[in-house]
Amino acid sequence: MLKENLVLIGNGMAGVRTLEELLKLAPDAYNITVFGEEPYGNYNRIMLSPVLASEKTIEQIMLNSEQWYVDNGITLHKGKKVEQINRARREVIASDGTVAKYDRLIIATGSLSFMLPLPGADKQGVIGFRDIKDVDTMLEAARNHQHAVVIGGGLLGLEAANGLMKQGMDVTVVHLLDTLMERQLDKPAATMLQKSLEERGMKFLMEHSTAEILGNERVTGIRFKNGTEIPADLVVMAVGIKPNIELGKAAGLHCERGIVVSDTLQTITDPKIYAIGECVQHRGTAYGLVAPLFEQAKVAANHLAKYGIAQYRGTVTSTRLKVTGIELFSAGDFIGNDKTEDLVFKDAASGTYKRLVLQDNKIKGAVMYGDTVDGSWYFEMMKDGTDISAFRKTILFGQHNLGDSGHNPETRVASLPDSAEICGCNGVCKGDIVKAITEKKLFTLDEVRAHTKASASCGSCTGLVESLLAHTVGGEYSATPKTKPLCKCTDYTHDEIRSGILKHELKTMPAVRDHFEWKTPDGCPTCRNALNYYLLCAFPTEYVDDAQSRYINERVHGNIQKDGSYSVVPRMFGGMCTSDQLRAIADVADKYEVPTMKVTGGQRIDMFGIQKEQLPAMWKDLSAAGFVSGHAYGKAMRTVKTCVGSEWCRFGTQDSTGLGVKLEELTWGSWMPHKFKLAVSGCPRNCAEATIKDIGVVCVDSGYELHIGGNGGIKVRVTDLLCKVETEAEVLEYTGAFCQFYREDAHYLERTAPWVERVGLEKVKTAILGDAANRKALYERFLISQQPAQIDPWKARAEGAEANEFTPILIEA
Amino acid sequence: MSKWIEVVELYKIPVLGSRLIKTRDMDIAVFRASDDSVFAVRDACPHRGGPLSQGIVHGHTVTCPLHNWKIDLHTGGALAPDRGCTNVFPVKIEDGKVYLQLVTEDEASAC
Ligand SMILES: Cc1cc2nc3c(=O)[nH]c(=O)nc-3n(C[C@H](O)[C@H](O)[C@H](O)COP(=O)(O)OP(=O)(O)OC[C@H]3O[C@@H](n4cnc5c(N)ncnc54)[C@H](O)[C@@H]3O)c2cc1C
Ligand code: SF4
Ligand code: SF4
Ligand code: FES
Repeated sequence: MLKENLVLIGNGMAGVRTLEELLKLAPDAYNITVFGEEPYGNYNRIMLSPVLASEKTIEQIMLNSEQWYVDNGITLHKGKKVEQINRARREVIASDGTVAKYDRLIIATGSLSFMLPLPGADKQGVIGFRDIKDVDTMLEAARNHQHAVVIGGGLLGLEAANGLMKQGMDVTVVHLLDTLMERQLDKPAATMLQKSLEERGMKFLMEHSTAEILGNERVTGIRFKNGTEIPADLVVMAVGIKPNIELGKAAGLHCERGIVVSDTLQTITDPKIYAIGECVQHRGTAYGLVAPLFEQAKVAANHLAKYGIAQYRGTVTSTRLKVTGIELFSAGDFIGNDKTEDLVFKDAASGTYKRLVLQDNKIKGAVMYGDTVDGSWYFEMMKDGTDISAFRKTILFGQHNLGDSGHNPETRVASLPDSAEICGCNGVCKGDIVKAITEKKLFTLDEVRAHTKASASCGSCTGLVESLLAHTVGGEYSATPKTKPLCKCTDYTHDEIRSGILKHELKTMPAVRDHFEWKTPDGCPTCRNALNYYLLCAFPTEYVDDAQSRYINERVHGNIQKDGSYSVVPRMFGGMCTSDQLRAIADVADKYEVPTMKVTGGQRIDMFGIQKEQLPAMWKDLSAAGFVSGHAYGKAMRTVKTCVGSEWCRFGTQDSTGLGVKLEELTWGSWMPHKFKLAVSGCPRNCAEATIKDIGVVCVDSGYELHIGGNGGIKVRVTDLLCKVETEAEVLEYTGAFCQFYREDAHYLERTAPWVERVGLEKVKTAILGDAANRKALYERFLISQQPAQIDPWKARAEGAEANEFTPILIEA
Repeated sequence: MSKWIEVVELYKIPVLGSRLIKTRDMDIAVFRASDDSVFAVRDACPHRGGPLSQGIVHGHTVTCPLHNWKIDLHTGGALAPDRGCTNVFPVKIEDGKVYLQLVTEDEASAC
């Protein structure tokens, strides 16, 4: 199919975000051309304030470098202003004559600083605050001049004033009203804000209206309506913005305050033309903050990708001020009326003020100054219409109001619900961030930004994101508190359910769900997988595995990769292999045109990029060559890593490779609460890294040290020494007993490291070392459950088991 | 509207499982819930296009195998907090056989 042409006018935050979202959904759908009046790639406009304050550099606020456009096949016409849209010919024409044809067009021209029509407003040194050019002008003025006047005491004006002050200028803010930021703050909060800005050296002329800008070519001063004058070498007008609709208007698109668009962000005049961002008016509202624009971008991209029909229904916005050291938050209707009530907390000495406007016990608006940690919590309840009567008395003290930990942001953020919005600009909620941190193993703020976009725009939520990061990464071991129910489908805990299964001989999943009064008919992915495992562990010879309660990797015995293809790992016991085996693997790789092969961290060979339909045939060939599945994808025993050992190594004390093979022969095929790895090192040099494995054996002259509970994953944990034994037979028995104890005791999805920390090393030692009879019984149970488990799933699939799973249905239509 | 096409016998779809249908234009996943109702959705998760057919079915929902988004099989819409949706196609069961209507993408309903 011929690609359609998509043209974007306006290389700003909303337009480019739309492209980013579109590229995620349908990377190849369009030939994309972008026109931007500014001579740069795409930058984070919000961050101009920190650039002005020298807290950031321009390089740091670039969102997409010019290389990004190249990488994504986008033609960028920077520094070119589009002057005409010819709707009949479907093309746009830029200032330099460049013409681009479109099948679909996005207008994202943003807005313009509103310049007061004062006498003298055209003088040099009178500017708005909108783009890099304005910031350059201000920095230049700060180098050569002293007096700056900012007209407008709103968000933008104060950020400009703060930045200019940081550049060493003498700054006066002129405001028409008697309180600052009147659209975001009530009087007490505004007063506190003004006071702390004054303490920093900012001057204010409240209730002053400008009459004229003085000077010849360059501004020299300002005269007010009351007749007074002050000197000024730079005047920044920050009195508002107006949607930049000239181009749309000239093209005949219906405009009111902004270009009028529908819920799909198409202009109501011409569905081939989308408009997005600050130049837009949607359901009567024109937005001037990024959060709504980003939501619009998602919807427009969804539509452009011809995916479903997402709809934009408007956004409730909240505001924070980006002046370092000043915490300020507001949202909703914070003024109220005669039907509303106020809850107010004010501590002038500590500089803290919070006010909630309530109607029928629901939050209508909020203003906070000094302490804004709970802002997102209030905002969430406001958007959800939560009835707060139950905790009305303590609500002002924040979510973490009881107990002594209330002032530690880390614990506070911990108590937020997963749905709480952390990053307002990008609409990222706590659950998303936590999920990204745990699943993608993120460690730094930058990584979280890259993966979730949280705190990547205005950055006011940086503190919250950092707390969340600290909490999530650091709190890994406490992730399964004892009283927590298994999942939302039940009120019972893992332990209660496991013991109930044995006690009442509940041998099927429906029996368990009946007995424990499950709230959902089929359970959910969390409990189904857990129950399937618990039943299998309890009744290894009787229970019939439920394929539909297994994650895809375990269902098809391969690893799903990011593009939906699979990877396959044949088992190589103890890491040993022969030239025949290598040849067989190479032949299979050739035959199935395996695009990538890799030696894994567990000393096995991984073949990537296999299509699902190919799997059974490939397994057949591997089985024929003597391989069984490596279970490298399951919550199961995976590998036994080995070092060279006494056979060749000059340090080796025992045959670590041989022992590794025996251990793998003993344990392969066993399902576990989580993935499970072993290693054997031939001497304390520990080349097999045995001390970060679930079980590590370190050979010494006099025998074998058994180590348990190690983890080399997200949070590295070195093993605990379980005991020392003298013979290989003992190693096998103790290992089997440990495996079984873990299998029977741990919660599903709990690795040995957090499990040992939760139950305590003593309990493990007692079970395995304290009582030889118990150890032997555990080992015996392990061996029994291994009998049905050591069936190669690949071979079974190759012989036709679950063939439906691998056979797509083809339709010629 | 285009005609109904017989795609598979109901018993050949595992309960709480799916079958993958490949058409010239796209892949479609046909799911069977525990109450034997059947759903057909485009086999591409609204998040990053993950193969929904490979996910775990529960109730009338499927959880995508790549990043755990939950998709409502009636509407194709992602459950909160995620947002987005994939197309759903008309299906019916007659005499134990599942029929699918291959409407164009624009006609296929979505939330
Ligand atoms: C200093 C500052 C601080 C801000 N702080 C915050 C904040 O803390 N939080 C928040 O949510 N929002 C903040 N905002 C607002 C936020 O930056 C805007 O809401 C957002 O940038 C709007 O995105 P947009 O794509 O609609 O417009 P823009 O980002 O302004 O992009 C429009 C682009 O279109 C280009 N253009 C216009 N006409 C044409 C044409 N004819 N041809 C080619 N190109 C054209 C312009 O040059 C511009 O680059 C701030 C804004 C400023 C200026
Ligand atoms: S295999 Fe590598 S990339 Fe994949 S999850 Fe593990 S550590 Fe990350
Ligand atoms: S752990 Fe010891 S025996 Fe094994 S390879 Fe290293 S040095 Fe040799
Ligand atoms: S692709 Fe489905 S959840 Fe990410």
